[in-house]
Amino acid sequence: MSPLLAARDLTLRFGAIPALDGVSLEIWPGEVVAIVGESGSGKTTLLRVLSGQQRPEAGAVLYRDPEGAEQDILGMSEAALRRLMRTDWGFVHQNPRDGLRMGVSAGGNVGERLMAVGARHYGSIRAEATAWLKRVEIDPARIDDLPRHFSGGMQQRLQIARTLVTRPRLVFMDEPTGGLDVSVQARLLDLIRALVADLRLAVLIVTHDIAAARLLAHRLLVMRQGQVVEAGLTDRVLDDPQHPYTQLLVSSVLAA
Amino acid sequence: MSDALRTEGLAKTFTLHLQGGTRIPVLRGVELAVAPGECVALAGPSGAGKSTLMRCLYGNYAAGAGRILLQHQGSEVDLAAASPRDIIAIRRETLGYVSQFLRVIPRVPTLDIVAEPLAARGMAREEARGRAAALLRRLNLPERLHALPPATFSGGEQQRVNLARGFAPGYPVLLLDEPTASLDAGNRAVVVALIREAKQAGTAIIGIFHDAEVRDAVADRRFEVAPLQDAA
Repeated sequence: MSPLLAARDLTLRFGAIPALDGVSLEIWPGEVVAIVGESGSGKTTLLRVLSGQQRPEAGAVLYRDPEGAEQDILGMSEAALRRLMRTDWGFVHQNPRDGLRMGVSAGGNVGERLMAVGARHYGSIRAEATAWLKRVEIDPARIDDLPRHFSGGMQQRLQIARTLVTRPRLVFMDEPTGGLDVSVQARLLDLIRALVADLRLAVLIVTHDIAAARLLAHRLLVMRQGQVVEAGLTDRVLDDPQHPYTQLLVSSVLAA
Repeated sequence: MSDALRTEGLAKTFTLHLQGGTRIPVLRGVELAVAPGECVALAGPSGAGKSTLMRCLYGNYAAGAGRILLQHQGSEVDLAAASPRDIIAIRRETLGYVSQFLRVIPRVPTLDIVAEPLAARGMAREEARGRAAALLRRLNLPERLHALPPATFSGGEQQRVNLARGFAPGYPVLLLDEPTASLDAGNRAVVVALIREAKQAGTAIIGIFHDAEVRDAVADRRFEVAPLQDAA
């Protein structure tokens, strides 16, 4: 076995501020890796660089495609990258409006991704969209409604259905529970946890929510000022943090 | 026969960076060996580091020095030096841990919490649920509770869910942190029977048993964990 995605020595500065300072990481098939850290730690920038949306000043990102060949993400054409994003990869945005088409029905949002990978039969696309709405706990009777009439939690679940319907091998998630009510967050987290396990997805999730990271992630990377200051098994990092910053982060969490 | 688990010079010191870098040494030079089918009870006063040792043995705490050697799928691995991905595989196949408290996952039914480690090893979902249900019944957790998430269960009920989850897969090495603390006499007897059966099947068990009756019923010997002198 070899990693699905491997990044080496990523470096990027915004002016004098180091957004990424020599970051290296690997994601293996079927594993959930969480990147935690405060706002401005560089975690969202890292996600954008790993998914080819932003170019670093130095470093490499390699992706192993389904045929087993290594693809250099930073050297890829726009078209090839878009194809990857439509098929092998998925991206769940913090704001569902960035991942959904608000003027298209719920069923259309899910079906569109299927059509992008070649599905043509209307009946089976609608059947699959219906199945996915149920899977993310949206009443299938709402299939023809526009997502703008959905609650924030429903929109986020719809975005997840739209992303996962094509069975991507690697999913990037940027604060998927950010901006939602706490009760809605718990439901969404549990849904993500179950789907990720069932589909054996590899996931890279960026979050500042330590509890979400504990629930979802096998491994944890702690970022601060563009550097990974600590990495390891999720429960080890959270229960026996070694780095001063990780100790501060863990001790700042309010116990429920 | 080689040991199922053996530590060499295991040490653990906590460094509290938020308290000016205060160093708290808890374990030093721990040499513990447990054979397959043997049950060792950790002994020592409260605060001596028994739970810290258990957590180190599970990889939940990082060992500061020394080795933690485990027989894992026919070869010897050092848990203290293993990668996170290796530790996940070791926990899936070889090393079980029953903590004092159940870490509840919202909305997941009791039956699936117990069946999950079996399914992770490749057992078919229905077979895993069947074995989980049988074990829960044996621990006197009524069938009507199996479909409910254990968040609202009593402490004793949660502990039995935890025990069922820990005993279901038949790990070669099992760590038990006060497995009978909130159980009544009837359920304590069930746990004693489960431990004896696991030993018969060759499981190496390391336990913290505050209940002397349970300890005497299952432990083959005691292993002293002595408090370290402060500021050493």
